[in-house]
Amino acid sequence: MTHDAAWAALAAVPDPEIPAISIVDLGIVRAVECDGGQVTITVTPTYAGCPATELIREDITRALRDAGAASVTVRTVLSPPWTTDWLSEDTKARLAAAGIAPPQARADDAARPLVFRPRIRCPRCGSAHTEQLSAFGATACKALYRCADCREPFEYFKPI
Amino acid sequence: MNETTDHSALCAEHLRYVLRIADGSLILAQRLSEWCGHGPVLEEDIALTNIALDLLGQARLLLSHAGRLEDRGRDEDALAYLRDEGDFLNPTLVELPNGDFAQTILRTFLYASWQQVLWEPLLESRDPTLAAIAAKSRKETRYHCEHLAEWVIRLGDGTAESHARTQAALHYLHPYVAELFASDADDAAAAAAGIGPEPATLRTAWDAAVLPVLAEATLEVPPVTPFRSTGRLGRHSEYLGFLLAEMQSLARAHPGATW
Repeated sequence: MTHDAAWAALAAVPDPEIPAISIVDLGIVRAVECDGGQVTITVTPTYAGCPATELIREDITRALRDAGAASVTVRTVLSPPWTTDWLSEDTKARLAAAGIAPPQARADDAARPLVFRPRIRCPRCGSAHTEQLSAFGATACKALYRCADCREPFEYFKPI
Repeated sequence: MNETTDHSALCAEHLRYVLRIADGSLILAQRLSEWCGHGPVLEEDIALTNIALDLLGQARLLLSHAGRLEDRGRDEDALAYLRDEGDFLNPTLVELPNGDFAQTILRTFLYASWQQVLWEPLLESRDPTLAAIAAKSRKETRYHCEHLAEWVIRLGDGTAESHARTQAALHYLHPYVAELFASDADDAAAAAAGIGPEPATLRTAWDAAVLPVLAEATLEVPPVTPFRSTGRLGRHSEYLGFLLAEMQSLARAHPGATW
């Protein structure tokens, strides 16, 4: 299996909790090594306790087997730690199209005060007239907001 | 002492240093998960259990690392489910009962703030796995602190009822805070080896993070007492045994169970 073929197979694996983007878009695939039919994939978890991690390992193995890999090893690294700063502009646009507001701040902003409520733009109508409903959401990586103009609730991908 | 003895002695201290942090995350995760389905509103039910999940993730990474350091074939599950009470090294603060919502929020804020000031110096640890876990956890803990600080302020500077409950919680929890900054020989050895900071050195940064929030919450910080809890030495309050009995029951009744 070629390097490019392995990356292409991985780019077709959706994130189990946010199927609008792939695990490659999410930035959790850190390295791909191909040695004949033996493929080794290095991934990093989004959140330390993310329950989708096991499922993602299985999905990676299945996708590469289907693409012709003879054997697949998935290894996990913690460093450097995953950050939403790795999401590309294209990925953010696809999150917004799926109704999930992309991160609207840099994750590594150490100067931000402890209690901080940024104005998050509604992914549906673009209004900044929004309010946080819940700091935590249906998955570890998201919070829940509501737009005061179009009145729709939406998820916000937390910068981390 | 020959070189081998030196090495194994440091391994024991290194292991206990990691277990103290790991067990703090694990036991607080278990306490917070007791709120699942019982939160005062749905959003806070989700918040407390999401924080529990993050803490459990930290605990899994740290216990797996401890198992490798120990090198006796125990994995994260063996360390979480098959150790007895006296082998747990979490500070007593995290094993105390949840109490009401105010006490739960305040305890979690006090401990998360301690984690926050611990992760920073751990980034420089000579144990690269511990440094990587700190770098990962730091970002999650920061979000917890933001959320918890908002609640401490809202409850403390809220109604007469919420203020009284939060102030009572601070009176109850405050004596157990001292243990978070009590260093012993294990901590000193770990610090000398560059594994991580002595807890006593974290006090200034913790005060700087916590005291302004308590002040904004109009809470009165109780005077320091000579009492020192001893959970980090493996001598626990009467509450940990009951917690472990519940947490470990399935793994002990059905060894090796999977689903």
